[in-house]
Amino acid sequence: MEQKERQKEVRKETLQKVLKRIQRYWFFLLLSMAAAVVTVVSTLYVPILIGRGVDYILGAGQVDFPSILGILAEIGIVVGITAFFQWLMNVSNNKIAYHVVHDIREEAFRRIEILPLRYIDSHSYGEIVSRVIADVDIFADGLLMGFTQLFTGVITILGTLIIMLTVNGWITAVVVCITPLSLFVASFIAKKTFTMFGEQSSVRGEQTAFIDEMIGNQQVVQAFGREAEVEEQFAKMNHRLENCSLKAIFYSSITNPATRFVNSMVYAGVGITGALAAIGGGISVGQLTCMLSYANQYTKPFNEISGVVTELQNALACAGRIFALIEEEPQKADKPDALARFEAKGEISLQNVCFSYLPGQKLIEDFNLEVKPGQRIAIVGPTGCGKTTVINLLMRFYDVDRGTICVDGCDVTDMTRHALRENYGMVLQETWLKTGTIRENLLMGKETATEEEMMEAAKAAHAHSFIMRLPKGYDTFITEDGGSLSQGQKQLLCITRVMLVKPPILILDEATSSIDTRTEQKIQKAFERLMEGRTSFIVAHRLSTIQGADKILVMKDGNIVEQGSHQQLLAKHGFYANLYNSQWAQ
Amino acid sequence: MRKLLVYLKDYRKESVLAPLFKMLEALFELFVPLVVAAIIDTGIRQGEKDFVVKMCFLLALLAVIGLTCSITAQYFAAKAAVGFTTKLRQVLFHHIQNLSFTEMDTVGTSTLITRITSDMNQVQSGVNLVLRLFLRSPFIVFGAMIMAFTIDVKSALVFVVTIPLLSVVVFGIMLISIPLYKKVQENLDRVLRVTRENLTGVRVIRAFNKEEEEMARFEEQNQSLTNVQKFVGRFSGLMNPVTYVIVNGGIIALIWSGALRVDVGILTQGAVVALVNYMSQILVELIKLANLIITVTKAVACGNRIQGVLDMEAAKESGKEDRESAPDLTGTEMPAVVFEQVSLTYQGAGARSLSNLSFQVQPGETVGIIGGTGSGKSSLVNLIPRFYHATEGHIFLNGKEIEGYSVEALREKIGVVLQKTVLFKGTIRDNVRWGKKDASDEEIEEALCISQAKEFVEQKAGGLDFFVEQGGKNLSGGQRQRLTIARAVVKKPEILILDDSASALDFATDARLRIAIRQMKHRPTVFIVSQRAASIQYADHIIVLEDGKAVGMGTHSELLENCTVYEEIYRSQMQGEVQ
Repeated sequence: MEQKERQKEVRKETLQKVLKRIQRYWFFLLLSMAAAVVTVVSTLYVPILIGRGVDYILGAGQVDFPSILGILAEIGIVVGITAFFQWLMNVSNNKIAYHVVHDIREEAFRRIEILPLRYIDSHSYGEIVSRVIADVDIFADGLLMGFTQLFTGVITILGTLIIMLTVNGWITAVVVCITPLSLFVASFIAKKTFTMFGEQSSVRGEQTAFIDEMIGNQQVVQAFGREAEVEEQFAKMNHRLENCSLKAIFYSSITNPATRFVNSMVYAGVGITGALAAIGGGISVGQLTCMLSYANQYTKPFNEISGVVTELQNALACAGRIFALIEEEPQKADKPDALARFEAKGEISLQNVCFSYLPGQKLIEDFNLEVKPGQRIAIVGPTGCGKTTVINLLMRFYDVDRGTICVDGCDVTDMTRHALRENYGMVLQETWLKTGTIRENLLMGKETATEEEMMEAAKAAHAHSFIMRLPKGYDTFITEDGGSLSQGQKQLLCITRVMLVKPPILILDEATSSIDTRTEQKIQKAFERLMEGRTSFIVAHRLSTIQGADKILVMKDGNIVEQGSHQQLLAKHGFYANLYNSQWAQ
Repeated sequence: MRKLLVYLKDYRKESVLAPLFKMLEALFELFVPLVVAAIIDTGIRQGEKDFVVKMCFLLALLAVIGLTCSITAQYFAAKAAVGFTTKLRQVLFHHIQNLSFTEMDTVGTSTLITRITSDMNQVQSGVNLVLRLFLRSPFIVFGAMIMAFTIDVKSALVFVVTIPLLSVVVFGIMLISIPLYKKVQENLDRVLRVTRENLTGVRVIRAFNKEEEEMARFEEQNQSLTNVQKFVGRFSGLMNPVTYVIVNGGIIALIWSGALRVDVGILTQGAVVALVNYMSQILVELIKLANLIITVTKAVACGNRIQGVLDMEAAKESGKEDRESAPDLTGTEMPAVVFEQVSLTYQGAGARSLSNLSFQVQPGETVGIIGGTGSGKSSLVNLIPRFYHATEGHIFLNGKEIEGYSVEALREKIGVVLQKTVLFKGTIRDNVRWGKKDASDEEIEEALCISQAKEFVEQKAGGLDFFVEQGGKNLSGGQRQRLTIARAVVKKPEILILDDSASALDFATDARLRIAIRQMKHRPTVFIVSQRAASIQYADHIIVLEDGKAVGMGTHSELLENCTVYEEIYRSQMQGEVQ
């Protein structure tokens, strides 16, 4: 019960937020409502006119042609008006819905750009993307449907009732008494099928996960010859899905015939009362046809509204998820008096830095490090030891919990993130390129670079020759995952990207696995040149890098367990020495 | 799509009965205006109350019959549609399961997954709707016209004009807007891509301070999406108003012609009302039909995509048959594996990925394969379990060409650890048992021991019963890798292939692992693919690959002597030690 209350509360809040965003388009909202009223009224007026027309056609020799002509002209005009306003209403609704959706998407995206990495790292991309794309889409459909059908539905019902009352009270009474039945039937079926649909979607989800797992890893399935077992498991799941799908689909498909049946009963009811009234002289035949066509129309909005209500609930649920993203707390804003530009020489000091991803789970404790300009720091340790944590802190992707990080003696929180990051160049092992031409990708860091500068950098990174071999050279279009480029080629592009910027501090995640040794050697030479005179942090896999470093940070399980030069660390006979010695064991 | 319909065969009865009952329902609906006309002309005109009551009961009866027919139809339709897709899904799953690696590469797994899930659902609702409505709607439209003809031929001519006009408008608007909706979808995809990129590349974007530019890029895509949406909306928003005008135009014409004909006594008042009613019925049905066609076009597109996957089989079969098999090898000391002038060209690729490889491996020996990225290391080992077929040359296992074994029998002998570490939802025990279905706990423990996984498994809550999430998310990369090795080792294969499977292990663990494998009791023949010279330097044979060619073969010391590529690789990695 309480949970339901809270749900209601949340729904109400979401609705308010939606309304707030619609407010900007109040003009179109008013236009849409006005158009809806005109449409409904004139739509309802047409059957009356038709009824009157029928009344002028009593029988042979009893036809009032002049009046009929007048009526027909009137019908023509009213129909024209209806059509125009209906179109106007559609267009305004479209405009409102699509613009609101546009605004919400933009809001969401802007928020993504300032969300802390902590949020992005801990949520799957798919989930966030589905909020911005799928949820917003469902919301748009719901909003559009809500506008077009809910409002018009309600005034249609009201209008019909009023007109029917003016024609004949008894017939109206019959209609009013029978129609709730249709609502009742519809909601009864909806309730019954709700659990069936729930079951269907849970089995479907289970099956999708299974498919994803097995087909995604088909090589393993085939390598171990497990096709038959897997298929059998699938068949069982498939059979379960068949059963609950059949139930859900069949029972829910009763809704239409059932409401149509109630509709027919209303029709018959109106027929009997109306015809009897007509015999008694209470109404004319034309009025009866008019009432009959109302009876036909009257239940339709009821059915639509019940459909719209579920649709709207669904839309609100989606909107709720989007708003949750939009209202997610952004990263801490830069200080108001933060330096907007900062040109560092490359001196870095970390003092008493404490950091953890999860509160209560200590990771880095009281970490101190002094780096002079131009020094080379190697970060080593087994896979998964948290080498990226250091990068996260240096780049301010994450903020320290306690302690300070200073660049050239200036606390990094005293400058804007932009100012800080301008001083860094970063090459990560997971290469990321954006959709666009190679040129666009290379110029990411320095848009003003000349063609010569760019090619210079590409040559230095040994990327020029393979780029030139691509169909369109530097104008070759690549997609998000790099498309036809090999992992190594992508890495070369990422390196070129940084080569072009020449920042005072470098962060390099040594790419060992994706580039073959000989290319790597060439890159290494390019790196050497780039690192000259620059402070660099290298997540190192290669011995030569490690030994040549001024300082080595040895990490284990997220902690920095040792630091010092190669010789110092070997002399310690600690974790590093162990790691080093075991490396070339048989 | 058409070829898929064979799977509807088992539901032939249902797929005939569903539309049939729908038509019955429609037929009874078509009687309604006639009954109303009778009420007006006989009941009201002549004041016969009994007749009116009788007729209204007839209306109610028609409603009941209609309800029964329609529920029956819904049941058969649902049964046929669900049954059809269940069957099709099973067939498709079976088919995908048996696709070769080459085909999986060309299609891509994510596409296949969409085919079997969301495409399949679209097809299901398409079939369901078609069975229910495809006959009903045209039946009502033409039925209404025919009924109109039975009432009065001249007035019915109004229908002859109105129906084609309506059809042109309804289908015209639809035909134009379907491609427009595709455009909307394309735009939406672009918005999706920018959003995704900004999540996957968040670090790079922020490192380069590109947030503002990205927002502008998003805004641009978002705006163009909105524009297309509005354009389509404006256009498809014409549907209702225009059809409304046409139908009411038809009604105006009916009343006028009706008036003329009632005046001369050919028609009655009730008949005019009936004609008007038929006209209204047509409008409702045409709109339904239009919506139906949208769903059906979607479903057919999805069906064709499914069909496309099912059609892929042909390629696989023919590729195998046009090669003649080699006779078995003879001799006393049979090598475990023999490669004879083997070449591989991937489907659609211009150049060979492997060319003219020949070598022999004795049982129990270890082969190291080293080379740069794309040099063909994985391709080489993937040929042995026939993940891919050699396009030229022959491969022998225990003297018999591998094509001569059934795929099952062949893979039974081979334990493979792939580059991609994959675990499945289930306990650690379940996962290791993939290698051997009935492995006892002792056997599993032994395998875990060899793969250096015993220690961490023991530390996990529940040990062997520790539940591995899908994809092994709750284990680290190194732990996953060790379990995949255990899975291959537990079956005690004759051939063990380790395809770069120690990359996530630190050097010490890697070394211990190699020693343990070497000490395995039944001494499998081992293939180790690696980037690290240290991992393979103690192998009996080392094959150095470059661009698919073997540029060096021999032992470590031999290669240091006579293979410059190997020497380069080794030196670059060993610099520290050499000093």
